[in-house]
Amino acid sequence: MPMQIFFLIIAAVTLISAAMVVTVRRMMHAALWLVLSLFGVAVLFAMLESSFYAVVQVIVYIGAIAILVIFAVMLTRHMMDDTGRQIAKNWWAALVAVVIAFGGMVVLVLSWSRFQVGPGTAPSELLLLDFGKALTAPNQFAIPFEVSSVLLLAALIGSIFIAVERKGGQK
Amino acid sequence: MQNDLLYIGIFMLIALFIPGIAIVIAGVLGPKRPAPIKNAAYECGIETVGETWVQFKAQYYIYALIFLVFDVETIFLYPWAIAYNAVGIWAVLEAVLFIFILAGGLGYAWRKGALEWQ
Amino acid sequence: MNSFLTDPIGFLILWFYSVLRGWNLPEDLVVLIAFVVGAFTLATLSLLLVVFLIWVERKIGGRVQDRLGPNRVGPFGLIQPVADMLKIFTKEFITPDGADKVAYNLGPILAVGAVIMIWAVVPFGITLYGSNLNVGILYIIAVGGIGTLGIIMAGWGSNNKFALLGAFRAVAQLLSYEVPMVVSLLIPVMFAGSMGLNEIVRAQTVPFIVLAPIAALIFFISSIAENGRAPFDLLEAESEIVAGFNVEYSGLKFGFFFVGDFLHAFTIALLFSVLFLGGWNGPGADSMPILGFVYLMIKTSLMYFLGLLIRFTLPRFRIDQMLALNWKLLVPLSLVTVSLTAIVDKLAMNNIWVRVIVLLLVNLIIWLSLQEIMERVYRSRPPRRTVNYPRLKPEADEPVVQPETPAA
Repeated sequence: MPMQIFFLIIAAVTLISAAMVVTVRRMMHAALWLVLSLFGVAVLFAMLESSFYAVVQVIVYIGAIAILVIFAVMLTRHMMDDTGRQIAKNWWAALVAVVIAFGGMVVLVLSWSRFQVGPGTAPSELLLLDFGKALTAPNQFAIPFEVSSVLLLAALIGSIFIAVERKGGQK
Repeated sequence: MQNDLLYIGIFMLIALFIPGIAIVIAGVLGPKRPAPIKNAAYECGIETVGETWVQFKAQYYIYALIFLVFDVETIFLYPWAIAYNAVGIWAVLEAVLFIFILAGGLGYAWRKGALEWQ
Repeated sequence: MNSFLTDPIGFLILWFYSVLRGWNLPEDLVVLIAFVVGAFTLATLSLLLVVFLIWVERKIGGRVQDRLGPNRVGPFGLIQPVADMLKIFTKEFITPDGADKVAYNLGPILAVGAVIMIWAVVPFGITLYGSNLNVGILYIIAVGGIGTLGIIMAGWGSNNKFALLGAFRAVAQLLSYEVPMVVSLLIPVMFAGSMGLNEIVRAQTVPFIVLAPIAALIFFISSIAENGRAPFDLLEAESEIVAGFNVEYSGLKFGFFFVGDFLHAFTIALLFSVLFLGGWNGPGADSMPILGFVYLMIKTSLMYFLGLLIRFTLPRFRIDQMLALNWKLLVPLSLVTVSLTAIVDKLAMNNIWVRVIVLLLVNLIIWLSLQEIMERVYRSRPPRRTVNYPRLKPEADEPVVQPETPAA
């Protein structure tokens, strides 16, 4: 019972901060609400007994991506100003798309055989050790492991290429 | 593990709570004499000139970007490091290949001058 | 195990639990209350430790700089930090105009809280730890990221150009130096087979500084840079950018940045001792936890003293030198070290002496190659133009040389 209450509180905090991200006026505040929402997700991971993903969420999302977002917000000059109309013009179209997407996800999740509403037991056989072994085992995830490094390389080179161009253009 | 995570959660709340309480106490204890000149933004002793935004160098963003890529890379490497004692030499070579590919990215950034402060 | 002498802290904890259970509360509540009290005690103790650390810093700093440290207030100036604390607590909070209330106030709280949070996972003895989290090392890195966020909030919330600029530079430094720190922390994890700090301590039959000296060095250097201490203290230097991101803070909020600084310095020493020097390992520490605590404190004090020596002797880096040091030296070095250590340790047989010798050899080879590379880079750089002073009395056949201005 206390876990349920705790879960509801954390879920509410996450959803409300996510809503605040898109509705507050000043972009810097939106970035801070984003940080809170990401932290809520990290707590949700921790509640699922997945401590690894909880800390990875904080390290990558809050420690790197949120800071990147804040830097990007500061790159656009008028961050202190009011950002104009908060409600987009065709909001009804967005509402339709969101309802379809959410409905689709609900249907998908409900049709999964192991879905349960109450707190489930985490499969205790999934240890980090097995995860590590799986990452490099040739018949499991070794290829995706190396492909992900190539993907990261592509991301790095692409962003450096664009950024250095921009730096050169600024001079 | 449940207990460990619970302790961490409580500790985080308390670690934020104690400085908060200390600041509140200091706020109560300290004098409060707001004066316009005291509250003005500090700029080497003279008034602020211009709006309060700074010319944001793109270099900050580049550092954060490279940091992000290397951060994600090391996150991938940590489970491998945990399984290090239990896997053979081929897994080690795979991870070294992983590191090598990303070191190539760092070399590219170096050659392109993305790592210079200017 | 329950004897008061061998394990006073464990004894107290068990006594506390028995008191709570005697009140016939449900077990969950007992655990919750015990955790809250334990966390509160640990956090408060670490903050009280800072009070002592301030005195240590000033005294030792004074002696290194050939002067007496504080010696007026109390015997050997021991009450000096108390006087400092009293002063800081009673200063007025001057909030600048237009400061964003939330960000401005959260900045120092996050900066200090982030450092206190590290103490939750540090093992002080074989049974003395807050939480034996199985991802302890990543938790420490995550908490460091929260501290970085606090600095951005402080700089931005101050509504001050210089604070913002200082915060950007601080964050650039912190983000940069996090990379070699995270990469070099792979090596203790590799050797111990777990990210939990207690497991890492237990795996150190041979301290990891012997098995991986270069990784230990990289970790130490990047931790000092993460802390923002000399020689990496560009951000709080009084002569630079007007005290950086905390320029608009007064009173205890300003004090908390420094509390965070000092506590972080001690925490770095603590983490280094745990990860590389063997933590609470030592003769007899397995059966007597309190002895493990003593060993850990001795090792930590040594490393803390080393950090203080470095702080008070080395001159400051410029920011471009600092970032170049990180991205062009530490990051490649840490990647190379991890790769070579991983390969060599796998190839070495399981005999501990073979491992020690082979790993030391590999580290030596890496070190010598690094020296060689740096030597070549140094030689290939054009020499700096120096000032040519004119001779006082020119020789008969010598033209008078005008002094050249040094290269800008």
